[in-house]
Amino acid sequence: MINLFKIKDKKNQDAESANGRPPIKKQSAGELRLHKDISELNLPKTTTISFLNGKDDLMNFEISIRPDEGYYQGGTFMFTFLVPSSYPHEPPKVKCKTKVYHPNIDLEGNVCLNILREDWKPVLNINTIIYGLNHLFTQPNHEDPLNHDAAAVLRDNPRLFETNVRRAMAGGYVGQVHFPRCI
Amino acid sequence: MANSFSEPARWRDLDKLLARCGNIVGPGFEPSPQLRQEIGEFARVLVVGAGGLGCELLKDLALSGFPNIDVIDMDTIEISNLNRQFLFRLQDVGKSKAEVAAKRVMERVSGVNITPHFCRIEEKEIDFYNDFNIIVLGLDSIEARSYINSVACSFLEYDSDDNPIPETIKPMVDGGTEGFKGHARVILPGMTPCFECNIWLFPPQIKFPLCTLAETPRTPAHCIEYAHLIKWDEAHSGKTFEPDDPQHMQWVYTEAVKRAELFGIAGVTYSLTQGVVKNIIPAIASTNAIISASCALEALKIVSGCSKTLSNYMTYNGVEGTHIKVTEFVREKDCLVCGPGTRIDLDTSTTVSQFIEILGEHPKLLLSKPSITHRGNNIYMQSPPILEEMTRSNLQQPLYYLMGKVRKDTVHVSGMAENNGKKSSSLRKLCVVFKGIAAADVATQMDTAGNF
Ligand SMILES: [Zn+2]
Repeated sequence: MINLFKIKDKKNQDAESANGRPPIKKQSAGELRLHKDISELNLPKTTTISFLNGKDDLMNFEISIRPDEGYYQGGTFMFTFLVPSSYPHEPPKVKCKTKVYHPNIDLEGNVCLNILREDWKPVLNINTIIYGLNHLFTQPNHEDPLNHDAAAVLRDNPRLFETNVRRAMAGGYVGQVHFPRCI
Repeated sequence: MANSFSEPARWRDLDKLLARCGNIVGPGFEPSPQLRQEIGEFARVLVVGAGGLGCELLKDLALSGFPNIDVIDMDTIEISNLNRQFLFRLQDVGKSKAEVAAKRVMERVSGVNITPHFCRIEEKEIDFYNDFNIIVLGLDSIEARSYINSVACSFLEYDSDDNPIPETIKPMVDGGTEGFKGHARVILPGMTPCFECNIWLFPPQIKFPLCTLAETPRTPAHCIEYAHLIKWDEAHSGKTFEPDDPQHMQWVYTEAVKRAELFGIAGVTYSLTQGVVKNIIPAIASTNAIISASCALEALKIVSGCSKTLSNYMTYNGVEGTHIKVTEFVREKDCLVCGPGTRIDLDTSTTVSQFIEILGEHPKLLLSKPSITHRGNNIYMQSPPILEEMTRSNLQQPLYYLMGKVRKDTVHVSGMAENNGKKSSSLRKLCVVFKGIAAADVATQMDTAGNF
């Protein structure tokens, strides 16, 4: 309940206290949760992280993954993370910046990882996503294709798939598509 | 104009509520024939949003005896708004919603003064919001609600026993509608749950798996999301999709139609495209009217005390018949936004590394390996190594300086806390107070700082 008479009195007090109030920059609940996620990151040894806008902008960052096993061993793959202010209610937007021949990543960098979309839950965190992305490189999956051709090759001819991956990572053509070198 | 606002016949019903006692009045209610005049004189209401719900709210509040209203909205009027946003006419398309809504209500309700603010809510100084006695929200996004909530809660102060100080409570009434469903809630920060305490009430937006969109579309929405999320990037390298740009929307619609034809899926329309891309559920005028009426009434109850307020969350469902339910949600004890935080008294000379020691020994916290953040300024980060390195030099600095020489402020720390003998990761709100600084000193220091 508002006491209107207190409001009248308060008008005067406000004038005094306003001087002492610091310039306020808001930190949303989402930013705080992200602060916790980042401060508790436990990165796999394949992964490094960088904050392009300095220590105070945790909402935008990049990670690079250098798989140490599987088809993609030796390649370096960059991902950008854009964390919305509604985090962790909504998941971060993650894109792959390195053009990659991969059944679950399309040529525009869209990533098919269930926890980035349909299976995201607020209890998940940035670490979970990073492990999920690492998993995509050790276990590419032809059942959730975003790059249809790559998925078909992986399913029907794993040996050819391996050759194609090596060729793409070395900087070359797979079919009509050119991939920049990422080794 | 002011005369007609004091015209008694027009306010007969309102005066009955405000001038007479009853057995369901709010605590401390003092009925009086002057109460309506006093509300008119002292109560300032901010309406956030001038869309479907906002139009209704402005009309309802103006007719409920609030003569001083401000309204803030960054949107301009679109032709598709006209079916329910009844303050707008065809010739208003393209103009500011806040400005037109304010003008129309002032034309129709004599004696009411509505100040429009045609801008984003984030553009206003925090103190702008402190000038209002009550904030009424007619919004459709979680982000905007969460922002206003954090602003309103930032005015809240607690006394030494962790009881909220009444004068610092900034009440909010939040309305929301989606099709035939809606809610109205009362938020008294520090007393009832804030928006963040119960954020789980809002289900996350449904997201389709990208591979379904790319490979096996089955519904019109799949085709639209394919065009929006995958095809757009392919065709416009690097250009961001702007949902408010009609040309962009038209492009997505055209691509979605092609996609739907390819897979033999019927039902892609332009308005469905807008709906899916912007996550809009068709608005129903009567739902807005019902929710707004409830919100305006709660605002009147909070300001006047003429009745007990809603405790604290009302849901309305008009899908089949009418179902209304009130649920009393409870506060999140350690809410980072509305909770009191643990009070810590420090010397102005206390360095960050000394502060970290204090956190580890503090009986209520026992927090080890803390990372510290103050209003978006990351003072010290334990991890990852790259951030630890960037913040390490702060360890030997006095916290007082790093916090901009304020006497008292909120600081958040994450780290490992001991809970029933078990260590678990946690995020804590602290209220840091520096000893031996009077409010007046701070003002002088800030003035001096400004002169350099
Ligand atoms: Zn809260």
